[in-house]
Amino acid sequence: MADLLNPAAWLLVPVQALLFLVGAPLLAGWIRQWKGRLQNRRGPAPWQPLRDLRKLFAKEALVAHSASTVFRAAPYVVFASTLLAVCIVPFISILQPATAIADMIVLVGFLALGRFFLALAGMDVGSSFGGMGSSREMLVSALAEPAMLMAVFTLAMSAHSTNLSTVAEYNLAQGLVLRPSYLFALLGLVLVAVAETGRIPVDNPATHLELTMIHEAMILEYSGRHLALMEWAAQLKLMLYGVLLVNLFFPWGLAQTLSPAALLAGLMAVAAKLAALGMALAVGETVLAKMRLFRVPLFLNLAFLLTLLGLLSHIILEAGA
Amino acid sequence: MNAMAPPLLGQSLLLLAALTLFLSFALLGQTRLTAAIHQFAWQGAMVAAVTALVAAGEGARHLYLSALLTLGLKSLLIPWMLHRLARRLEMEREVERLHHPAVLLLAGTVLVVFAYWVALPIERIGGHASRNILAISLAVVLIGLWMMVGRRQVVAQVLGFMSLENGLFLAAVAAARGMPLVVELGVAFDVLVAAILFGIFFFHISESIESLDVDRLNRLSEEETE
Repeated sequence: MADLLNPAAWLLVPVQALLFLVGAPLLAGWIRQWKGRLQNRRGPAPWQPLRDLRKLFAKEALVAHSASTVFRAAPYVVFASTLLAVCIVPFISILQPATAIADMIVLVGFLALGRFFLALAGMDVGSSFGGMGSSREMLVSALAEPAMLMAVFTLAMSAHSTNLSTVAEYNLAQGLVLRPSYLFALLGLVLVAVAETGRIPVDNPATHLELTMIHEAMILEYSGRHLALMEWAAQLKLMLYGVLLVNLFFPWGLAQTLSPAALLAGLMAVAAKLAALGMALAVGETVLAKMRLFRVPLFLNLAFLLTLLGLLSHIILEAGA
Repeated sequence: MNAMAPPLLGQSLLLLAALTLFLSFALLGQTRLTAAIHQFAWQGAMVAAVTALVAAGEGARHLYLSALLTLGLKSLLIPWMLHRLARRLEMEREVERLHHPAVLLLAGTVLVVFAYWVALPIERIGGHASRNILAISLAVVLIGLWMMVGRRQVVAQVLGFMSLENGLFLAAVAAARGMPLVVELGVAFDVLVAAILFGIFFFHISESIESLDVDRLNRLSEEETE
């Protein structure tokens, strides 16, 4: 359990936020590079998204005449809520004091807040693409959120806590245990993560095709630093889901003490795990085709069914045993 | 409770049982015939694996034989026969339109909860990990029944029937360490004969109504009314 009164442990929170801020564009670039290689291209360098962000911050931010304050405020709200969300997941150590004040339900709440403002911003200017993107995003998230909560509850029921650190600590202490409920929750959460971060087969982050885009449609009107913040927030969200997947289901390597050596080992472990996950994602995006929007509810139904089965199999198969 | 996890053998048993249940759901929601047959084959393989694991755990020699029988019959022979049938009836690419796929699947989860509720009193009497598998196998049986009720396509209904049999077999292995070999052989050949008979029925149905959608059997006239 994290020690709330240890000031050294609290230092971990800003360090983690910084690591996320730098790591998220790198992860996105890593995925892009692997996708390029798999498609017989050379692919951009992994730090290309960082360069893009720097370029965007230097550019002038144009705002449409019809835009209200919501449009100007939304990038900051979206970015801030995502940044707060990444501060409360165990990243390199399970001794993460911030998890004690905000559990996984708060995490889902932070993400919902960001998404709400993103959808508002999409509708604010009044362009038809923005409204379309917002309505699609809301459709996807309305279906993905129950599945995500179910997956999270499955974990919480096993560990008897909704605190993310405690869950990771419990799984670490248990060692390798084959649990059907975890398998289903993991599969369901992967589907939710794909839908929520707008990757193939739900959304394609690389195109601006008006018939299919979801996330890109909402941020179409943004430019300059506003666009940079929106993109950065999206990259943070991708990394957040990645960290959730690797650290909750495969917590091996997380630092259990606050010694520099342990923290460094934890950092290496999580970087290796994320790199592997990124490669898997790149392979998945290469072999799968984007599905029609009307098939997305079926996809998310499957996610919900999987997580529901995870919950049920926890109750039937594991709780009584 | 959770502090002492069951040993690896029990864990793998539970995992395989859960996968069997998941495959039941996959069958229930699957509208493509070829994929459905594949899923049925996988379910048979899961049940065979459970049987083999129980055989290894209990040292029961005859269970190996029944595992082999299940594997050969339910995950190889019958799926192969169904594939051949689908090819001959030229319906490999057929997609059945479900009326309410979400309702179909949610009713399935309700059945799982019901099966668990029914098996709860039994649980107190039985052994260790396998007693929970009883609830799962009951759920597989009920979902198989539900598939025969809720789906309209004949092949899907037959797959429901076969997966029901998978559930029964799982229950027998989990609760009673398998049936006597004579009974097992009898059931196996029953299923085989049933599969062959169903194949003949498919031909007749498709010849007389030019479709395998059983809803059309309710019509009295030959003309399309829809």
